[in-house]
Amino acid sequence: MNDAVKNTDIVIAGIGQTPVGEHWQLSLKNLAYLAYKAAVQDSGGLKPDALYVGNMLAPVLSHQAHLGVLLADDFGLAGIEAAAVEAGNAGGAAALRLAYLAVASGCVNIAMALGVEKFTDQVGPNVEAAASVILDSDYEAAMGLTPNAQAALLLRRYLYEYQVPRPAFGAFPILAHNNAAGNPQAMYRNLINAESYAQAGMVCDPLNLFDIAPWADGAAAVIVARRDSLPAALPHPLARISGASLATDRLALHDRPNPLFLRAAQKSVERACRQAGILPQDVDFFELCDSTSTYAALSLEAAGFAAPGQGWRMAQDGQLALDGKLPVCTLGGFKGRGNPGGAAGLYQVVEAVLQLRGEAGKNQLPHPQRALVQSLSGAAATAVAHVLEVIH
Amino acid sequence: MEISRHWRLKKQRYSLIGEVCPHCDAKIFPPRDVCPECGQEARSEFAFSGRGQVYSHTTIYDAPAGYENNLPYTVALIKLDEGPIVTAQLTDLGAQPVEIGMPVEMVTRRIREDGDERGMLVYGYKFRPAWNAPIK
Repeated sequence: MNDAVKNTDIVIAGIGQTPVGEHWQLSLKNLAYLAYKAAVQDSGGLKPDALYVGNMLAPVLSHQAHLGVLLADDFGLAGIEAAAVEAGNAGGAAALRLAYLAVASGCVNIAMALGVEKFTDQVGPNVEAAASVILDSDYEAAMGLTPNAQAALLLRRYLYEYQVPRPAFGAFPILAHNNAAGNPQAMYRNLINAESYAQAGMVCDPLNLFDIAPWADGAAAVIVARRDSLPAALPHPLARISGASLATDRLALHDRPNPLFLRAAQKSVERACRQAGILPQDVDFFELCDSTSTYAALSLEAAGFAAPGQGWRMAQDGQLALDGKLPVCTLGGFKGRGNPGGAAGLYQVVEAVLQLRGEAGKNQLPHPQRALVQSLSGAAATAVAHVLEVIH
Repeated sequence: MEISRHWRLKKQRYSLIGEVCPHCDAKIFPPRDVCPECGQEARSEFAFSGRGQVYSHTTIYDAPAGYENNLPYTVALIKLDEGPIVTAQLTDLGAQPVEIGMPVEMVTRRIREDGDERGMLVYGYKFRPAWNAPIK
Protein backbone atom coordinates (compact mmCIF):
# COMPACT_ATOMS: atom_id res chain seq x y z
CA MET A 1 0.00 0.00 0.00
CA ASN A 2 0.88 3.67 0.22
CA ASP A 3 4.48 3.70 1.40
CA ALA A 4 5.80 6.65 3.35
CA VAL A 5 6.40 9.66 1.16
CA LYS A 6 10.03 9.83 0.04
CA ASN A 7 12.13 12.69 -1.17
CA THR A 8 13.02 10.67 -4.23
CA ASP A 9 9.38 10.40 -5.25
CA ILE A 10 8.68 11.40 -8.82
CA VAL A 11 5.92 13.99 -8.70
CA ILE A 12 3.80 16.10 -10.97
CA ALA A 13 4.69 19.64 -9.99
CA GLY A 14 2.71 21.56 -12.56
CA ILE A 15 -0.20 21.07 -14.96
CA GLY A 16 -1.63 23.08 -17.84
CA GLN A 17 -4.31 22.64 -20.48
CA THR A 18 -6.15 24.61 -23.13
CA PRO A 19 -9.87 24.27 -23.70
CA VAL A 20 -10.57 21.41 -26.13
CA GLY A 21 -12.42 22.31 -29.29
CA GLU A 22 -12.14 23.91 -32.72
CA HIS A 23 -9.45 26.55 -32.34
CA TRP A 24 -9.44 28.07 -35.83
CA GLN A 25 -7.38 31.03 -34.66
CA LEU A 26 -4.66 28.99 -32.94
CA SER A 27 -1.81 27.01 -34.53
CA LEU A 28 -0.07 23.92 -33.23
CA LYS A 29 2.56 26.16 -31.66
CA ASN A 30 0.04 28.59 -30.18
CA LEU A 31 -1.84 25.74 -28.50
CA ALA A 32 1.34 24.16 -27.17
CA TYR A 33 2.57 27.44 -25.75
CA LEU A 34 -0.67 28.04 -23.86
CA ALA A 35 -0.38 24.63 -22.18
CA TYR A 36 3.34 25.14 -21.53
CA LYS A 37 2.82 28.53 -19.95
CA ALA A 38 -0.03 27.29 -17.78
CA ALA A 39 2.03 24.34 -16.49
CA VAL A 40 5.05 26.50 -15.73
CA GLN A 41 2.88 29.01 -13.92
CA ASP A 42 1.12 26.27 -12.00
CA SER A 43 4.48 24.89 -10.83
CA GLY A 44 5.56 28.26 -9.49
CA GLY A 45 7.90 28.96 -12.39
CA LEU A 46 9.85 25.72 -12.94
CA LYS A 47 11.55 25.58 -16.33
CA PRO A 48 12.03 22.14 -17.91
CA ASP A 49 15.49 20.75 -18.75
CA ALA A 50 13.90 18.30 -21.14
CA LEU A 51 10.72 18.39 -23.22
CA TYR A 52 8.91 15.27 -24.48
CA VAL A 53 6.17 16.08 -26.95
CA GLY A 54 3.26 13.71 -27.51
CA ASN A 55 1.65 14.10 -30.91
CA MET A 56 -0.26 11.84 -33.26
CA LEU A 57 -0.63 13.43 -36.65
CA ALA A 58 1.16 16.76 -37.07
CA PRO A 59 3.34 15.46 -39.96
CA VAL A 60 0.12 14.54 -41.84
CA LEU A 61 -2.37 17.17 -40.69
CA SER A 62 -0.05 20.16 -40.31
CA HIS A 63 2.87 19.12 -42.55
CA GLN A 64 5.05 19.60 -39.52
CA ALA A 65 7.42 17.12 -37.91
CA HIS A 66 10.42 17.82 -35.65
CA LEU A 67 8.09 18.98 -32.90
CA GLY A 68 10.62 18.72 -30.08
CA VAL A 69 12.79 21.50 -31.40
CA LEU A 70 9.85 23.38 -32.94
CA LEU A 71 8.27 23.83 -29.53
CA ALA A 72 11.44 24.20 -27.45
CA ASP A 73 12.48 26.96 -29.85
CA ASP A 74 9.06 28.61 -29.64
CA PHE A 75 9.11 28.49 -25.83
CA GLY A 76 12.51 30.21 -25.73
CA LEU A 77 14.19 27.00 -24.57
CA ALA A 78 16.37 26.28 -27.62
CA GLY A 79 19.32 24.20 -26.45
CA ILE A 80 17.44 21.86 -24.10
CA GLU A 81 16.81 18.17 -24.74
CA ALA A 82 13.57 17.93 -26.72
CA ALA A 83 11.99 15.27 -28.93
CA ALA A 84 8.57 14.09 -29.98
CA VAL A 85 7.07 10.74 -29.08
CA GLU A 86 4.66 9.03 -31.41
CA ALA A 87 2.32 6.32 -30.13
CA GLY A 88 -0.93 7.21 -31.86
CA ASN A 89 -3.71 8.35 -29.58
CA ALA A 90 -1.56 7.36 -26.57
CA GLY A 91 1.33 9.66 -27.54
CA GLY A 92 0.76 12.10 -24.69
CA ALA A 93 0.78 9.32 -22.12
CA ALA A 94 3.88 7.85 -23.74
CA ALA A 95 5.55 11.27 -23.41
CA LEU A 96 4.76 11.21 -19.69
CA ARG A 97 6.22 7.73 -19.42
CA LEU A 98 9.44 9.05 -21.00
CA ALA A 99 9.49 12.10 -18.76
CA TYR A 100 9.09 9.77 -15.79
CA LEU A 101 11.94 7.53 -16.97
CA ALA A 102 14.17 10.53 -17.63
CA VAL A 103 13.66 11.96 -14.16
CA ALA A 104 13.76 8.57 -12.41
CA SER A 105 17.09 7.79 -14.12
CA GLY A 106 18.62 10.90 -12.63
CA CYS A 107 19.68 12.12 -16.08
CA VAL A 108 17.08 14.88 -16.17
CA ASN A 109 16.17 17.17 -13.32
CA ILE A 110 12.89 18.67 -14.48
CA ALA A 111 11.04 17.21 -17.45
CA MET A 112 7.93 18.36 -19.22
CA ALA A 113 5.55 16.05 -21.07
CA LEU A 114 3.45 18.09 -23.45
CA GLY A 115 0.76 16.76 -25.78
CA VAL A 116 -0.56 18.82 -28.66
CA GLU A 117 -2.84 18.13 -31.58
CA LYS A 118 -4.27 20.36 -34.31
CA PHE A 119 -7.04 18.62 -36.22
CA THR A 120 -9.15 21.40 -37.61
CA ASP A 121 -6.83 22.55 -40.38
CA GLN A 122 -8.17 19.52 -42.28
CA VAL A 123 -11.73 18.31 -42.63
CA GLY A 124 -13.79 15.22 -43.49
CA PRO A 125 -12.15 12.47 -45.55
CA ASN A 126 -8.65 13.92 -45.00
CA VAL A 127 -9.03 13.62 -41.23
CA GLU A 128 -10.31 10.05 -41.52
CA ALA A 129 -7.40 9.17 -43.80
CA ALA A 130 -4.91 10.84 -41.48
CA ALA A 131 -6.25 9.04 -38.40
CA SER A 132 -5.94 5.74 -40.26
CA VAL A 133 -2.14 5.98 -40.35
CA ILE A 134 -2.10 4.55 -36.83
CA LEU A 135 -3.39 1.24 -38.26
CA ASP A 136 -1.42 -1.33 -40.26
CA SER A 137 -1.21 0.67 -43.47
CA ASP A 138 -0.85 -2.22 -45.96
CA TYR A 139 -3.37 -4.62 -44.47
CA GLU A 140 -5.91 -2.54 -42.56
CA ALA A 141 -6.00 1.07 -43.79
CA ALA A 142 -5.54 -0.06 -47.42
CA MET A 143 -8.85 -1.92 -47.14
CA GLY A 144 -10.67 1.26 -46.12
CA LEU A 145 -10.56 0.46 -42.41
CA THR A 146 -10.37 3.37 -39.95
CA PRO A 147 -9.74 3.44 -36.19
CA ASN A 148 -13.46 3.96 -35.62
CA ALA A 149 -14.30 1.04 -37.90
CA GLN A 150 -11.98 -1.15 -35.83
CA ALA A 151 -14.02 -0.28 -32.77
CA ALA A 152 -17.18 -1.03 -34.75
CA LEU A 153 -15.90 -4.49 -35.72
CA LEU A 154 -15.18 -5.20 -32.08
CA LEU A 155 -18.55 -3.92 -30.89
CA ARG A 156 -20.40 -6.07 -33.46
CA ARG A 157 -18.53 -9.17 -32.32
CA TYR A 158 -19.03 -8.23 -28.66
CA LEU A 159 -22.79 -7.84 -29.07
CA TYR A 160 -22.89 -11.20 -30.85
CA GLU A 161 -20.74 -13.17 -28.41
CA TYR A 162 -22.19 -11.79 -25.21
CA GLN A 163 -25.76 -11.14 -26.39
CA VAL A 164 -25.76 -7.55 -25.14
CA PRO A 165 -28.71 -5.24 -25.88
CA ARG A 166 -27.36 -2.59 -28.27
CA PRO A 167 -28.79 0.47 -26.43
CA ALA A 168 -26.82 -0.48 -23.29
CA PHE A 169 -23.65 1.05 -24.77
CA GLY A 170 -25.33 4.45 -24.82
CA ALA A 171 -24.70 4.65 -21.09
CA PHE A 172 -21.03 5.47 -21.74
CA PRO A 173 -21.48 8.62 -23.86
CA ILE A 174 -24.42 9.73 -21.71
CA LEU A 175 -22.15 9.55 -18.65
CA ALA A 176 -19.32 11.31 -20.48
CA HIS A 177 -21.56 14.24 -21.47
CA ASN A 178 -22.95 14.43 -17.91
CA ASN A 179 -19.42 14.81 -16.56
CA ALA A 180 -18.25 17.15 -19.30
CA ALA A 181 -21.06 19.53 -18.36
CA GLY A 182 -19.07 20.37 -15.23
CA ASN A 183 -15.73 20.87 -17.00
CA PRO A 184 -15.17 24.37 -18.42
CA GLN A 185 -12.37 23.01 -20.67
CA ALA A 186 -14.60 20.37 -22.29
CA MET A 187 -15.76 20.49 -25.89
CA TYR A 188 -19.31 19.20 -25.31
CA ARG A 189 -21.11 20.44 -22.23
CA ASN A 190 -24.58 19.55 -23.48
CA LEU A 191 -26.46 16.57 -22.08
CA ILE A 192 -27.57 13.65 -24.19
CA ASN A 193 -30.03 10.90 -23.30
CA ALA A 194 -31.16 7.47 -24.42
CA GLU A 195 -33.52 8.95 -27.02
CA SER A 196 -30.96 11.19 -28.66
CA TYR A 197 -28.47 8.31 -28.56
CA ALA A 198 -30.94 6.05 -30.37
CA GLN A 199 -31.42 8.68 -33.08
CA ALA A 200 -27.76 9.52 -33.64
CA GLY A 201 -26.50 9.06 -37.20
CA MET A 202 -24.58 5.91 -38.04
CA VAL A 203 -20.84 6.40 -38.65
CA CYS A 204 -19.73 2.80 -38.98
CA ASP A 205 -22.42 0.36 -38.09
CA PRO A 206 -23.03 -0.44 -35.21
CA LEU A 207 -21.14 2.64 -33.92
CA ASN A 208 -23.09 5.87 -34.12
CA LEU A 209 -21.99 9.48 -33.82
CA PHE A 210 -22.39 9.46 -30.02
CA ASP A 211 -20.24 6.36 -29.60
CA ILE A 212 -17.23 8.13 -31.07
CA ALA A 213 -15.24 10.84 -29.34
CA PRO A 214 -14.78 13.86 -31.61
CA TRP A 215 -11.28 14.70 -32.87
CA ALA A 216 -10.45 18.17 -31.59
CA ASP A 217 -7.66 20.70 -31.10
CA GLY A 218 -5.94 20.98 -27.76
CA ALA A 219 -2.74 20.91 -25.76
CA ALA A 220 -1.94 19.77 -22.23
CA ALA A 221 1.30 19.65 -20.29
CA VAL A 222 2.68 18.36 -17.01
CA ILE A 223 5.96 19.06 -15.24
CA VAL A 224 7.67 16.04 -13.72
CA ALA A 225 10.43 16.27 -11.11
CA ARG A 226 11.95 14.53 -8.15
CA ARG A 227 10.35 15.77 -4.99
CA ASP A 228 13.65 16.81 -3.41
CA SER A 229 14.50 19.03 -6.37
CA LEU A 230 11.45 21.24 -5.85
CA PRO A 231 11.18 24.44 -3.85
CA ALA A 232 9.77 23.81 -0.38
CA ALA A 233 6.51 25.64 -0.90
CA LEU A 234 4.33 25.05 -3.92
CA PRO A 235 0.86 26.55 -4.05
CA HIS A 236 -0.84 23.15 -4.36
CA PRO A 237 -0.53 19.52 -3.20
CA LEU A 238 1.75 17.30 -5.29
CA ALA A 239 0.69 14.17 -7.09
CA ARG A 240 3.17 11.34 -6.94
CA ILE A 241 3.58 8.99 -9.92
CA SER A 242 3.64 5.70 -8.05
CA GLY A 243 3.27 3.46 -11.09
CA ALA A 244 4.00 3.94 -14.77
CA SER A 245 3.82 1.44 -17.59
CA LEU A 246 3.58 1.28 -21.37
CA ALA A 247 2.62 -2.00 -23.06
CA THR A 248 1.99 -3.08 -26.64
CA ASP A 249 -0.21 -5.65 -28.37
CA ARG A 250 -0.23 -6.92 -31.95
CA LEU A 251 -0.80 -3.82 -34.11
CA ALA A 252 -3.48 -5.19 -36.44
CA LEU A 253 -6.77 -6.34 -34.99
CA HIS A 254 -6.76 -9.37 -37.30
CA ASP A 255 -3.48 -10.61 -35.80
CA ARG A 256 -4.82 -11.00 -32.27
CA PRO A 257 -5.81 -14.42 -30.89
CA ASN A 258 -8.79 -12.86 -29.08
CA PRO A 259 -9.54 -9.40 -30.48
CA LEU A 260 -12.14 -8.75 -27.77
CA PHE A 261 -9.58 -8.79 -24.99
CA LEU A 262 -7.23 -5.79 -24.85
CA ARG A 263 -4.05 -7.50 -23.71
CA ALA A 264 -1.87 -4.39 -23.71
CA ALA A 265 -4.48 -2.58 -21.63
CA GLN A 266 -4.39 -5.44 -19.13
CA LYS A 267 -0.59 -5.52 -19.02
CA SER A 268 -0.19 -1.78 -18.56
CA VAL A 269 -2.62 -1.71 -15.63
CA GLU A 270 -1.09 -4.79 -14.07
CA ARG A 271 2.46 -3.45 -14.26
CA ALA A 272 1.62 0.07 -13.09
CA CYS A 273 -0.38 -1.25 -10.15
CA ARG A 274 2.31 -3.76 -9.22
CA GLN A 275 4.87 -0.97 -9.15
CA ALA A 276 2.55 1.10 -6.97
CA GLY A 277 1.99 -1.88 -4.69
CA ILE A 278 -1.76 -1.79 -5.14
CA LEU A 279 -4.57 -3.65 -6.85
CA PRO A 280 -6.69 -1.84 -9.44
CA GLN A 281 -9.57 -2.08 -6.93
CA ASP A 282 -7.59 0.17 -4.56
CA VAL A 283 -7.98 3.28 -6.74
CA ASP A 284 -10.61 5.92 -6.04
CA PHE A 285 -11.32 6.65 -9.70
CA PHE A 286 -10.31 5.46 -13.16
CA GLU A 287 -9.62 7.85 -16.02
CA LEU A 288 -10.20 5.29 -18.76
CA CYS A 289 -10.06 5.76 -22.50
CA ASP A 290 -13.51 6.14 -24.05
CA SER A 291 -12.34 7.12 -27.52
CA THR A 292 -15.29 4.91 -28.50
CA SER A 293 -17.96 3.29 -26.33
CA THR A 294 -16.43 -0.06 -27.26
CA TYR A 295 -13.15 0.75 -25.55
CA ALA A 296 -14.80 2.06 -22.40
CA ALA A 297 -16.33 -1.38 -21.83
CA LEU A 298 -13.26 -3.33 -22.92
CA SER A 299 -10.98 -1.20 -20.68
CA LEU A 300 -13.04 -2.06 -17.61
CA GLU A 301 -12.65 -5.72 -18.51
CA ALA A 302 -8.94 -5.52 -19.29
CA ALA A 303 -8.23 -3.75 -15.99
CA GLY A 304 -10.07 -6.49 -14.12
CA PHE A 305 -12.99 -4.38 -12.91
CA ALA A 306 -15.39 -6.61 -14.86
CA ALA A 307 -15.26 -10.11 -16.34
CA PRO A 308 -15.00 -10.42 -20.14
CA GLY A 309 -18.39 -9.59 -21.62
CA GLN A 310 -19.56 -7.78 -18.48
CA GLY A 311 -17.91 -4.35 -18.73
CA TRP A 312 -21.02 -2.75 -20.25
CA ARG A 313 -23.04 -3.69 -17.16
CA MET A 314 -20.99 -1.37 -14.96
CA ALA A 315 -22.37 1.60 -16.90
CA GLN A 316 -25.99 0.60 -16.32
CA ASP A 317 -26.48 1.16 -12.59
CA GLY A 318 -24.57 4.33 -11.74
CA GLN A 319 -21.41 2.77 -10.33
CA LEU A 320 -19.25 4.68 -12.86
CA ALA A 321 -20.86 8.05 -12.08
CA LEU A 322 -19.20 10.75 -9.96
CA ASP A 323 -20.98 9.44 -6.86
CA GLY A 324 -20.54 5.78 -7.81
CA LYS A 325 -18.19 3.08 -6.62
CA LEU A 326 -15.68 3.61 -9.44
CA PRO A 327 -16.04 7.03 -11.09
CA VAL A 328 -14.62 7.13 -14.65
CA CYS A 329 -14.03 9.97 -17.10
CA THR A 330 -14.69 12.38 -14.26
CA LEU A 331 -14.30 15.53 -16.37
CA GLY A 332 -16.00 14.18 -19.46
CA GLY A 333 -13.59 11.63 -20.87
CA PHE A 334 -12.71 11.57 -24.54
CA LYS A 335 -16.36 11.69 -25.58
CA GLY A 336 -17.32 14.78 -23.60
CA ARG A 337 -14.04 16.67 -23.27
CA GLY A 338 -13.04 15.82 -26.85
CA ASN A 339 -10.23 13.69 -28.29
CA PRO A 340 -7.17 15.80 -29.05
CA GLY A 341 -5.09 12.90 -30.45
CA GLY A 342 -1.60 12.90 -29.00
CA ALA A 343 -2.62 15.37 -26.29
CA ALA A 344 -5.49 13.24 -24.97
CA GLY A 345 -3.34 11.18 -22.61
CA LEU A 346 -2.06 14.31 -20.90
CA TYR A 347 -5.56 15.77 -20.55
CA GLN A 348 -6.43 12.59 -18.68
CA VAL A 349 -3.46 13.08 -16.36
CA VAL A 350 -4.19 16.79 -15.84
CA GLU A 351 -7.79 15.92 -14.96
CA ALA A 352 -6.71 13.21 -12.52
CA VAL A 353 -4.32 15.65 -10.82
CA LEU A 354 -7.11 18.24 -10.52
CA GLN A 355 -9.24 15.62 -8.74
CA LEU A 356 -6.38 14.60 -6.43
CA ARG A 357 -5.65 18.21 -5.53
CA GLY A 358 -9.31 18.96 -4.88
CA GLU A 359 -9.45 21.44 -7.77
CA ALA A 360 -11.98 19.69 -9.99
CA GLY A 361 -14.73 22.24 -9.36
CA LYS A 362 -18.30 21.06 -9.79
CA ASN A 363 -17.11 17.53 -10.53
CA GLN A 364 -14.88 17.22 -7.49
CA LEU A 365 -14.86 13.73 -5.99
CA PRO A 366 -14.84 13.57 -2.18
CA HIS A 367 -11.15 13.42 -1.13
CA PRO A 368 -9.75 10.99 -3.70
CA GLN A 369 -6.30 9.68 -2.79
CA ARG A 370 -5.38 7.58 -5.77
CA ALA A 371 -6.12 7.53 -9.49
CA LEU A 372 -5.57 5.05 -12.28
CA VAL A 373 -5.13 6.75 -15.65
CA GLN A 374 -5.04 4.74 -18.85
CA SER A 375 -4.49 5.87 -22.43
CA LEU A 376 -5.07 3.62 -25.38
CA SER A 377 -4.22 4.11 -29.00
CA GLY A 378 -6.92 2.74 -31.27
CA ALA A 379 -7.77 -0.79 -30.24
CA ALA A 380 -5.16 -0.62 -27.46
CA ALA A 381 -2.26 -1.52 -29.73
CA THR A 382 -0.41 0.79 -27.34
CA ALA A 383 -1.63 1.12 -23.77
CA VAL A 384 -0.15 3.37 -21.11
CA ALA A 385 -1.14 3.32 -17.45
CA HIS A 386 -0.18 5.61 -14.60
CA VAL A 387 -1.05 5.37 -10.92
CA LEU A 388 -1.14 8.80 -9.27
CA GLU A 389 -1.40 9.46 -5.54
CA VAL A 390 -1.83 12.76 -3.77
CA ILE A 391 0.82 13.81 -1.24
CA HIS A 392 -0.62 15.86 1.60
CA MET B 1 1.41 7.64 -56.54
CA GLU B 2 3.30 5.14 -54.39
CA ILE B 3 3.48 2.59 -57.21
CA SER B 4 6.22 0.45 -55.70
CA ARG B 5 4.42 0.27 -52.40
CA HIS B 6 1.40 -1.41 -53.98
CA TRP B 7 3.42 -3.40 -56.54
CA ARG B 8 5.42 -4.99 -53.73
CA LEU B 9 2.22 -6.46 -52.32
CA LYS B 10 0.95 -7.97 -55.58
CA LYS B 11 1.19 -11.58 -54.43
CA GLN B 12 -0.79 -10.83 -51.30
CA ARG B 13 -3.32 -8.53 -52.95
CA TYR B 14 -4.03 -10.69 -56.03
CA SER B 15 -3.41 -14.24 -54.80
CA LEU B 16 -3.59 -14.17 -51.02
CA ILE B 17 -0.07 -15.51 -50.68
CA GLY B 18 0.98 -15.74 -47.06
CA GLU B 19 3.45 -18.00 -45.35
CA VAL B 20 3.73 -21.33 -43.67
CA CYS B 21 6.25 -21.43 -40.85
CA PRO B 22 8.98 -23.97 -41.70
CA HIS B 23 9.53 -24.55 -37.99
CA CYS B 24 6.05 -25.01 -36.54
CA ASP B 25 3.79 -25.25 -39.62
CA ALA B 26 1.67 -22.23 -38.56
CA LYS B 27 -0.19 -20.63 -41.48
CA ILE B 28 0.45 -16.89 -41.55
CA PHE B 29 -1.34 -14.04 -43.30
CA PRO B 30 -0.30 -11.30 -43.83
CA PRO B 31 3.29 -12.48 -44.20
CA ARG B 32 5.61 -11.53 -41.36
CA ASP B 33 9.31 -11.62 -40.59
CA VAL B 34 8.89 -13.64 -37.42
CA CYS B 35 6.35 -16.43 -36.83
CA PRO B 36 3.93 -15.28 -34.13
CA GLU B 37 3.48 -18.86 -32.94
CA CYS B 38 7.07 -20.03 -32.43
CA GLY B 39 9.15 -16.85 -32.71
CA GLN B 40 11.45 -18.11 -35.47
CA GLU B 41 11.86 -16.57 -38.91
CA ALA B 42 9.03 -17.40 -41.29
CA ARG B 43 9.82 -17.10 -44.99
CA SER B 44 8.12 -19.99 -46.89
CA GLU B 45 5.27 -18.92 -49.16
CA PHE B 46 1.84 -20.45 -48.77
CA ALA B 47 -1.20 -19.82 -50.95
CA PHE B 48 -4.42 -19.51 -49.01
CA SER B 49 -7.61 -20.99 -50.44
CA GLY B 50 -9.47 -17.69 -50.18
CA ARG B 51 -12.33 -19.31 -48.30
CA GLY B 52 -13.46 -18.30 -44.88
CA GLN B 53 -16.22 -16.95 -42.68
CA VAL B 54 -17.20 -13.51 -41.47
CA TYR B 55 -15.87 -12.98 -37.91
CA SER B 56 -17.25 -9.44 -37.70
CA HIS B 57 -18.30 -6.66 -40.05
CA THR B 58 -19.07 -2.94 -40.20
CA THR B 59 -20.61 -0.72 -42.82
CA ILE B 60 -18.73 2.55 -43.13
CA TYR B 61 -20.59 5.80 -43.87
CA ASP B 62 -17.69 8.15 -43.12
CA ALA B 63 -14.84 7.30 -45.46
CA PRO B 64 -11.16 8.23 -45.51
CA ALA B 65 -9.86 10.03 -48.60
CA GLY B 66 -9.51 7.57 -51.50
CA TYR B 67 -12.57 5.53 -50.51
CA GLU B 68 -15.38 8.12 -50.80
CA ASN B 69 -16.60 6.69 -54.12
CA ASN B 70 -17.38 3.37 -52.48
CA LEU B 71 -19.66 4.77 -49.77
CA PRO B 72 -21.20 3.09 -47.95
CA TYR B 73 -18.92 0.06 -47.95
CA THR B 74 -18.59 -2.94 -45.69
CA VAL B 75 -15.32 -4.02 -44.11
CA ALA B 76 -15.08 -7.36 -42.37
CA LEU B 77 -12.72 -9.52 -40.39
CA ILE B 78 -12.66 -12.82 -42.29
CA LYS B 79 -11.53 -15.97 -40.52
CA LEU B 80 -9.82 -17.95 -43.27
CA ASP B 81 -10.35 -21.71 -43.39
CA GLU B 82 -6.62 -22.14 -42.72
CA GLY B 83 -6.84 -20.15 -39.45
CA PRO B 84 -5.64 -16.55 -39.80
CA ILE B 85 -8.03 -13.59 -39.77
CA VAL B 86 -7.78 -11.01 -42.57
CA THR B 87 -9.26 -7.51 -42.88
CA ALA B 88 -11.07 -6.98 -46.20
CA GLN B 89 -14.05 -5.35 -47.81
CA LEU B 90 -17.11 -7.42 -48.64
CA THR B 91 -18.57 -7.14 -52.14
CA ASP B 92 -21.36 -8.54 -54.35
CA LEU B 93 -23.68 -8.53 -51.35
CA GLY B 94 -26.92 -7.71 -53.15
CA ALA B 95 -29.84 -7.59 -50.76
CA GLN B 96 -28.37 -10.31 -48.56
CA PRO B 97 -27.78 -9.05 -45.00
CA VAL B 98 -24.26 -9.77 -43.76
CA GLU B 99 -24.10 -12.08 -40.80
CA ILE B 100 -21.35 -13.29 -38.53
CA GLY B 101 -20.45 -16.83 -39.61
CA MET B 102 -21.46 -16.24 -43.23
CA PRO B 103 -19.20 -18.22 -45.63
CA VAL B 104 -17.26 -16.00 -48.04
CA GLU B 105 -14.67 -16.37 -50.79
CA MET B 106 -11.96 -14.10 -52.13
CA VAL B 107 -12.34 -12.14 -55.37
CA THR B 108 -10.18 -9.41 -56.96
CA ARG B 109 -11.69 -5.93 -57.08
CA ARG B 110 -10.74 -2.27 -57.16
CA ILE B 111 -10.06 -1.23 -53.55
CA ARG B 112 -9.13 2.43 -53.82
CA GLU B 113 -8.72 5.37 -56.16
CA ASP B 114 -6.08 8.05 -55.83
CA GLY B 115 -7.29 11.49 -56.84
CA ASP B 116 -8.65 12.34 -60.29
CA GLU B 117 -8.95 10.33 -63.53
CA ARG B 118 -5.15 10.34 -63.82
CA GLY B 119 -4.73 8.82 -60.35
CA MET B 120 -3.77 5.24 -59.63
CA LEU B 121 -6.37 2.51 -59.18
CA VAL B 122 -5.43 -0.05 -56.58
CA TYR B 123 -6.77 -3.58 -56.98
CA GLY B 124 -6.74 -6.30 -54.38
CA TYR B 125 -8.75 -8.88 -52.51
CA LYS B 126 -12.31 -8.48 -51.38
CA PHE B 127 -14.64 -11.24 -50.23
CA ARG B 128 -18.10 -12.14 -51.52
CA PRO B 129 -20.74 -14.51 -50.19
CA ALA B 130 -19.83 -18.12 -51.04
CA TRP B 131 -23.29 -19.34 -51.89
CA ASN B 132 -22.33 -22.95 -52.43
CA ALA B 133 -20.04 -23.36 -49.49
CA PRO B 134 -21.14 -25.88 -46.89
CA ILE B 135 -22.15 -24.14 -43.65
CA LYS B 136 -19.82 -25.25 -40.90
